[in-house]
Amino acid sequence: MTALLTTAPAAAEPQSRRRRGGFLRSLLRNRKALIGVVIFVIFTVMATAPHLFTSVTEPNKLAFPPALPPSSEHWLGTTSLGQDIWAQLVYGTRQSLVIALVAGFFATVLSVLVGVSAAYLGGLADEVLSMIISIFLIIPTFPLIIILATYAGKGTLTVVLIVLVITGWSYGANQMRAQALSLRNRDFLESARVRGERRTYIILAEMLPTMTSLIVANFLGAALYSVLTAAGLQFLGLGDPNSISWGTMLYWSQNQQALQSGMPLWSIAPGLCVALLGVSFALLNYAFDEISNPALRPVRRRRATP
Amino acid sequence: MRYVLRRLGFFVLTLWAALTVNFFIPRFMPGNPLQALRARTFNRLSPEALEQMLTSFGYKPHENIGVQYLDYLGHMFSGNWGVSIGSALGEPITKIVGQALPWTLGLVGIATVLAFVAGSVIGVLAGWRRGGALDSVLPSVFVVTSALPYFWVGLLLILVFSVWTGGWLPSDFNYDNTVQPGFTSEFIGSVLRHAILPGLTIFITAVGGWVLTMRNNMITTLAEDYIRMGRAKGLTNRKIMYQYAARNAFLPNLSGFAMSLGFVISGAILVEYVFNYPGLGYLLYNAVQNTDYPLMQVLFMLFTVAVLVSVLLCDFATAWLDPRSRAKG
Repeated sequence: MTALLTTAPAAAEPQSRRRRGGFLRSLLRNRKALIGVVIFVIFTVMATAPHLFTSVTEPNKLAFPPALPPSSEHWLGTTSLGQDIWAQLVYGTRQSLVIALVAGFFATVLSVLVGVSAAYLGGLADEVLSMIISIFLIIPTFPLIIILATYAGKGTLTVVLIVLVITGWSYGANQMRAQALSLRNRDFLESARVRGERRTYIILAEMLPTMTSLIVANFLGAALYSVLTAAGLQFLGLGDPNSISWGTMLYWSQNQQALQSGMPLWSIAPGLCVALLGVSFALLNYAFDEISNPALRPVRRRRATP
Repeated sequence: MRYVLRRLGFFVLTLWAALTVNFFIPRFMPGNPLQALRARTFNRLSPEALEQMLTSFGYKPHENIGVQYLDYLGHMFSGNWGVSIGSALGEPITKIVGQALPWTLGLVGIATVLAFVAGSVIGVLAGWRRGGALDSVLPSVFVVTSALPYFWVGLLLILVFSVWTGGWLPSDFNYDNTVQPGFTSEFIGSVLRHAILPGLTIFITAVGGWVLTMRNNMITTLAEDYIRMGRAKGLTNRKIMYQYAARNAFLPNLSGFAMSLGFVISGAILVEYVFNYPGLGYLLYNAVQNTDYPLMQVLFMLFTVAVLVSVLLCDFATAWLDPRSRAKG
């Protein structure tokens, strides 16, 4: 790492380069962030290469005797329908992860677009846009999602994604607007304006880079929201009941009364995965906060001075 | 005064927007109530009778959409909410909602307020003792709890306290149906016992967020000059902690509380579903299962009003506590 830094051409923005290296290092040195990264990486590997973790290739097929207890063959037992729980869990990772990343990404893009343009344009445009943001913030989203998913028929992945983006962007947009407003009259933007740069250039090349940490935090928040909401939606039976995902597993286990009929792992395991993925985003988010705001960092307990 | 008017204006505008969304969603989405209703009644009622029923909640497909819209707004405000077309066919919605509302208010309301108060207090303590035992453990713990899915915590609690202990605590419904409702100790005890697990679920998942924001606000506030001034004057720690730091750190939390109510409602739907608790959230779930459009519309409106009212109350409380926010408008 350090060797790379010293041999890199120092002429090209040495300052930002040093900062980025320091940032990566502090990310890895932060215990919360490290745990978050590890969980996330494990799930990513599971999502991209599920066959490494299980020999079952069609996890939804009713291929085994139903309601087996955990054994060396079926690590978590089988469902009352005769599916291997561990295999379903592994294959389910992909959809949950895709929902988190895609919905998180588009929600963040939307909130950056609306928030920053509201702050930058000012005047009437700002009034209108921030009004829209507040309205979306206040309207209770989960009931709205449930109703939307009902009207749109059984939620395919696309429907779920669209609904998550529509309902998930406003919180971030509010923060973006606040931060962009505070940047608006800084000298470096003033000088760009005097140089006669175009608006899009100023926003994209001058403003956005200074907001990177907020944008990343926002993405993590939106991804967390998407994971939890999508799982809840599927749990209620509003997703596609034939898809392979943690939420769908939870739906079927609830449907078959897994807790009461002695198969607690069927509903506890996918729930735990949702929780772990959520925790990984939350930990990263919190660690990010600590890194960008040193006041919040954990302090070592001072020795009692006599 | 101007501030109050401004907030009220915002209130009306948001309510209008929510009602409008509520009106147009069913009309833009595929499928219509008439078909759903015909399927539900197995073609036993004549189409005319069905349409008659549907008109009672403002569904008049042959009328001008503008007229329909105005009718609908009028009905929503006058409490003329029509009848259910779901499992309780023909029952007035006001009655259905009236039965479910107290349970949700009691369970979700109390659990949320408790979580808010407890979270704020813990946050103050953790922020005050920077680097203390509380502060080194709590943030990590609460980051984790605040990311847990509501329904999973519910399932886990059921497993541990109800299934494994052989029904030590009840895991569904609001009270034992063998008990006669009334002001008897038996009935109240039964209600309380049934509220423990769902209440605990909401508490566990909600408290973390409050602790974290309160702690962070507290740390920021403690760095202010007036805190140092207070110390220099020789005020007691207690006084600095509660009257100087906590009071100011509390303000952002208060406005956050109102905003979070939307999340609380979403959690309540899942929790009530897991515990079969007959509140508004469970009602919404059933309405969705039975494509009970009028009931869905009314519930969504009620949820929006609930959030809006609490936002308004918290805004006024903030304005009362903090003169600066009045100036900003």
